[in-house]
Amino acid sequence: MFSFKPDRSQYPAAGEDGKLEIDLETGKYLKLWQGPNHPGITGNMSVELTVCGDEVVKGTTHVGYLHRGFEKLMERRTFIQVFPIVCRVCVPEPDFNEYCYAAAVEDLAGIEVPEYADWMRTLILEMGRFNSYMMFLGGIGGALGLGITGQWMTYLRDIMLDRFEELTGARIYHMFILPGGVRGHLPEGFEGRMEEVLDTAERYLADIDRVMFSNSVFKTRTQGVGYIDPALFEPYGVTGPNARAGGVAKDLRKDSPYLVYDQLDFDVVTHTDSDIWARSNVRRQDVQVSIDLIRQILRKMPKTGPAMAKIPNVLHWKIPRGETYIRGECSRGEYGYYLVSDGSGYPRRINVRGPSYTHAMALLEHMIPGTNISDVAALMVSLHTYPPEIER
Amino acid sequence: MKDVDDKFLKNIDKEFPLREELRPRTVTTPDGQEIEIEPLKDYFCEAAPKVHPKAYIPIVENFYNWARANSLWILGFGTGCGAIEMRPLMTPRFDAYRYGIQWRPTPRQANLLMISGYLSVKTLKRAVRAYEQMQGPKYVVGLGSCTINGGMYWDSYNTIKKLDQYLPVDLYIAGCMPRPEALLAGFMDLKKLIKAGKCEGANKYAENFAFYKENQKSVIKDWDMPDYNW
Amino acid sequence: MRDIHARLKQRHHLGQFERQRPGLAFFTVPREYLRGLLLDLRDKEGFSHLVLLTAVDWMEEGLFQLTYMLNNRAEDVTFGIRVMLDRDEAEGDSIHDLWPTAETYQRELKEMFGINFPGSPRIDDEFILEGWTDLPPYRRDFDSLAYSQQTYAERPGRVTHDPREHMKQKLYPDGV
Repeated sequence: MFSFKPDRSQYPAAGEDGKLEIDLETGKYLKLWQGPNHPGITGNMSVELTVCGDEVVKGTTHVGYLHRGFEKLMERRTFIQVFPIVCRVCVPEPDFNEYCYAAAVEDLAGIEVPEYADWMRTLILEMGRFNSYMMFLGGIGGALGLGITGQWMTYLRDIMLDRFEELTGARIYHMFILPGGVRGHLPEGFEGRMEEVLDTAERYLADIDRVMFSNSVFKTRTQGVGYIDPALFEPYGVTGPNARAGGVAKDLRKDSPYLVYDQLDFDVVTHTDSDIWARSNVRRQDVQVSIDLIRQILRKMPKTGPAMAKIPNVLHWKIPRGETYIRGECSRGEYGYYLVSDGSGYPRRINVRGPSYTHAMALLEHMIPGTNISDVAALMVSLHTYPPEIER
Repeated sequence: MKDVDDKFLKNIDKEFPLREELRPRTVTTPDGQEIEIEPLKDYFCEAAPKVHPKAYIPIVENFYNWARANSLWILGFGTGCGAIEMRPLMTPRFDAYRYGIQWRPTPRQANLLMISGYLSVKTLKRAVRAYEQMQGPKYVVGLGSCTINGGMYWDSYNTIKKLDQYLPVDLYIAGCMPRPEALLAGFMDLKKLIKAGKCEGANKYAENFAFYKENQKSVIKDWDMPDYNW
Repeated sequence: MRDIHARLKQRHHLGQFERQRPGLAFFTVPREYLRGLLLDLRDKEGFSHLVLLTAVDWMEEGLFQLTYMLNNRAEDVTFGIRVMLDRDEAEGDSIHDLWPTAETYQRELKEMFGINFPGSPRIDDEFILEGWTDLPPYRRDFDSLAYSQQTYAERPGRVTHDPREHMKQKLYPDGV
């Protein structure tokens, strides 16, 4: 297969300090902004491309368009007041924030979560993962001009959001997982309606296999493009499906099981090519894993039980001094919350470790040189980055 | 919630320097000529916005408004989290296209700017720019509680709290975040307003241009664009 | 986990070992020994994944705490390595040559806390904020609410309640 190796001989030589010597006023190069208002960009961020003809010689990512200062806002709120704002950190998959924050608080405060709540959390996280992958599969199709997958995937995401709404009362920001447990129980007949959704999803995904993964245009534009050397995974902090597409079978759900993942039966999906095709494929297979997991959870989870542990009066809730780090495998990689408490009623510091932070910044800048302008969008989407969690 | 620190005072003396590539300078063109350029003046048109007068005959104006109401083309600029609920509107389930609403990639083709959620200062700069590039008659819809009064981010140091201070807003859709049904209802209301001739945002912007510019410049520290970049 | 720490202790100056839960521990190291320790952990002990690099502002003690979170994925062990810096003229050592991704973290720390990392690429570029002229915003002495009140126009009519007083009034309106 065609191996992607940029021919850097034509590019300007790097100076003594390692910087590229690009003189825009020679007229040979052109500076092109892709974003923030651009259809080929994931969310509200921008890439400043320096192009020479059709080829990109340098790409600089610019983030910060969605910065709300969450880590500062969290320091100003009591532990229970933080809970409704954490889910806003990442828009397409908000539940991981709720889980990581809740688990971090429970870890420091020494709260044992009831078994039912653990199962419920796993269910919510898997549903969120399904939604996030739907965004990806629609996005990668859209980035390569295949609009129909976007339509189908948005529909699938929508019917899953209906199940979310039934369960939690909200479509996007669920605010369901709070420190101590979850907010409620499964509604009656939920399993049957969820099964319908999953059946529909499987039917549509079979179509996606035919329309997208068997499409020769899609194959030509993705196979061999956007190759990440597996040797770069550790230095650049690549985790999750991006690393699994390069043959690294690491999945936190398997390696260090949290919640009830040790009682569930699933395989870690890997691929060897580490290009856009491989990354799309891994996610396509992972959707199937997610669907199977949701079925398993609904079958195995206890039918009744307390959903909340006993927690102290939240208005006077003080958490002992200490620091902790909670992580989980979200649809993009390792998601983590680092929480420091100084023994008062307010958190001292909360740091959100989003996987997009490493994928969309240093890694993307490293990968862009040598691609074509038209491939930059596909490359960005294939890394599956969500800007809100980069800048928080 | 901790109280405000009375002693904390914002730093107001510090000016932000203009970026180097925007300063006036001399360049050599590829054919060897030396020319003086002043990027902020040379690359943009300086004309201020003008008030667009109504048609002389009311029935013609009504016809215009009817036509405008039935062709709302939205600029696909997802400025905040509300953008995620715009996506379902493009699919058959909610199908906003049946109302003549569609999404366009560039400001030049659009006449409705959706501010979908909180606006950080950095995005406000781009949103102002996108708004000014749009063709009149143009409308602005603020989406979500955070455009109305800051919402969840009322104490954030980086998001604006009141959108109509910086852009002329024709309609707000409340919610955090508004559901697709709420958005559709909002579009219907906007159509009614346009048909009644009450959406005069673009004219308001032209009339109170100095007011809007002052507010915009008070939050955007490094103002490295011309005052009106149509 | 303890045996790794015991092995490291023979070669480095490590502070108190604080075990948070199985697979996660924190310890402090003086700034001058940090690089050697990180190299040792990365190359000999298999801690090759830099999870995060962040800072905590201990304003009262006049210190910044840098936390380097390293993970050994094969053995599922995470170490949080703390380095204490002086809060005035805070300056850390750049580790961008060990992990290229640290460059991004260091740019964020420079902008959000004002901790300088000499030698780190693009350290002086704007990262998230644009045209920021005030204190670095994640410092404890920067008051977010006061800044926003002094900067942005607010819509009148917003009421803020003290949660405790408000709940007391809601639950016991008669003052019982």
